Amino acid sequence: MIEFQGVTLGYAGRELLSDVTMKLPAGSFHFLTGPSGSGKTSLIKLCYGEMTPGAGRVEVFGQDLGQLGRNATAQMRRRIGIVHQDCQFLDHLPLAENVALPLHVAGHEADDTSLEELLAWVGLSGQAGALPPALSGGERQRAALARAVITSPDLILADEPTGNVDWEMSLKLLRLLTELNRMGKTVLVATHDMNLIRAAKPQVQARVLRIQGQKLQLAGADL
Amino acid sequence: MKHRLARLRLRINHGLALLTGNPRADRVVPPSGHTAMLTSLTAGAMAFLAVFALALSLATGRLAERWSGALAKSATVRISAPAEQIDRQTSKVLEVLETTPGIEFARALTEDEIRALLEPWLGPDLPVDSLPLPQLVEITEADQGFDADGLRLRLQAEAPGAVLDDHVRWRMPLISSANRIRSLGLFSLILIGGATAAMITLATQAALAANGQVIRTLRLVGAEDSYIARAFVRRFTLRALIGALVGAAFGTLAVALMPAAAEEGAFLTGLGFSGSQWAWPLAIPVMAAIVAFVATRMAAFRTLRTVR
Repeated sequence: MIEFQGVTLGYAGRELLSDVTMKLPAGSFHFLTGPSGSGKTSLIKLCYGEMTPGAGRVEVFGQDLGQLGRNATAQMRRRIGIVHQDCQFLDHLPLAENVALPLHVAGHEADDTSLEELLAWVGLSGQAGALPPALSGGERQRAALARAVITSPDLILADEPTGNVDWEMSLKLLRLLTELNRMGKTVLVATHDMNLIRAAKPQVQARVLRIQGQKLQLAGADL
Repeated sequence: MKHRLARLRLRINHGLALLTGNPRADRVVPPSGHTAMLTSLTAGAMAFLAVFALALSLATGRLAERWSGALAKSATVRISAPAEQIDRQTSKVLEVLETTPGIEFARALTEDEIRALLEPWLGPDLPVDSLPLPQLVEITEADQGFDADGLRLRLQAEAPGAVLDDHVRWRMPLISSANRIRSLGLFSLILIGGATAAMITLATQAALAANGQVIRTLRLVGAEDSYIARAFVRRFTLRALIGALVGAAFGTLAVALMPAAAEEGAFLTGLGFSGSQWAWPLAIPVMAAIVAFVATRMAAFRTLRTVR
């Protein structure tokens, strides 16, 4: 599903990743952890082509991202659900339209019933007409997750999805992600919250990847 | 060749798709009243000026045509000779003119006609009889024209007091001036088009820069560049079209309200449109929309290339 071969990445004049090689199989659940500024967000961005490696090769769905044109990159992203650290909504559009955005850009119409069910699944029933700035941090994170899964993508990349929410909400979001994994989706979650990783143990068979000293390591045995 | 045609068809379809629009795609760009108003205002002002530049070009074009058309077809022979020789020389001149190929018609002006010609300068009580006025012979050219140099030689031989004036001496500078003014009008139109394109490009770039977050979000969820560009292109093209329609309408109205050239001044013609030329201002909003379409599209794709 995702394959890195000898990937090196520099950012703002310093090397973040050096000779990283990894392979995430389809249907797997991985946590990506490491200290702040270690390159977790950059590694996630490499996976959907927002950043390009200085050296090495990134393959997603068997496609070398370095060889993809702009339109092919856009098409590839439609198969990925991305939960960004700062959510990134269109603030002038109501929540329902924001959640349905991946469908619209792909030229599809959102089915109202399915949209309502999806919003209910993430606990946002009744918020369909709200504008993003009016939502709380937790609501925004859940809305971002709903937007990420609306096209039923094969791969979900979540960058600090519980960064701005309380523990109870973090567990809810974790449950949503593990449910998606049970549905067969490949999930990669970047987080610095070790408690979240521990909380996942009873729910999912996940592996933990750790960025340490520009290298990617498999942290211990399976959880 | 087939590939080229297919590519061209694709581009045309793509261009039409950009204009037909997708209301949902349009909504992804937040409304921006200030930029919208400035774009429409700029397009309107430019269209207003363009109508005047167009009117100037067309009027000077008509002027040049009239001067070259009316004067090129006529010439004059002036006979200055002692009173006892003037009738004989006039007859000789008419004989020569009758046998000159390319001359359709020639006749000697009567005394009254000569007096009428001099009246604006010397007043109505001109004592023609007591003045040694030259005899004038009016020539109307045939379509193929005549050989002026050859005619001058023949006139010199037959009637030494006859001088041929084919109007070239003063007609050419006038036509050249009119053509230069027409060129200036056309150049003004090009400048107005360029300025409109520059203003709309700046407005688009400002709008794109202000909507960086929107563009990044759209790319994140898999939007292709054409989807994002379409919303901006359509919005700015329509703003330019509407602004230019209003500006061109006011410009045309202003030209229509200008005083018409008087009958005596018809030779100089008025600043305005004539006949089917009144349809020309309709082309200005269309041109403004095309300029806006191209400028916005280029600016949008250039900016989009900076976002992965």
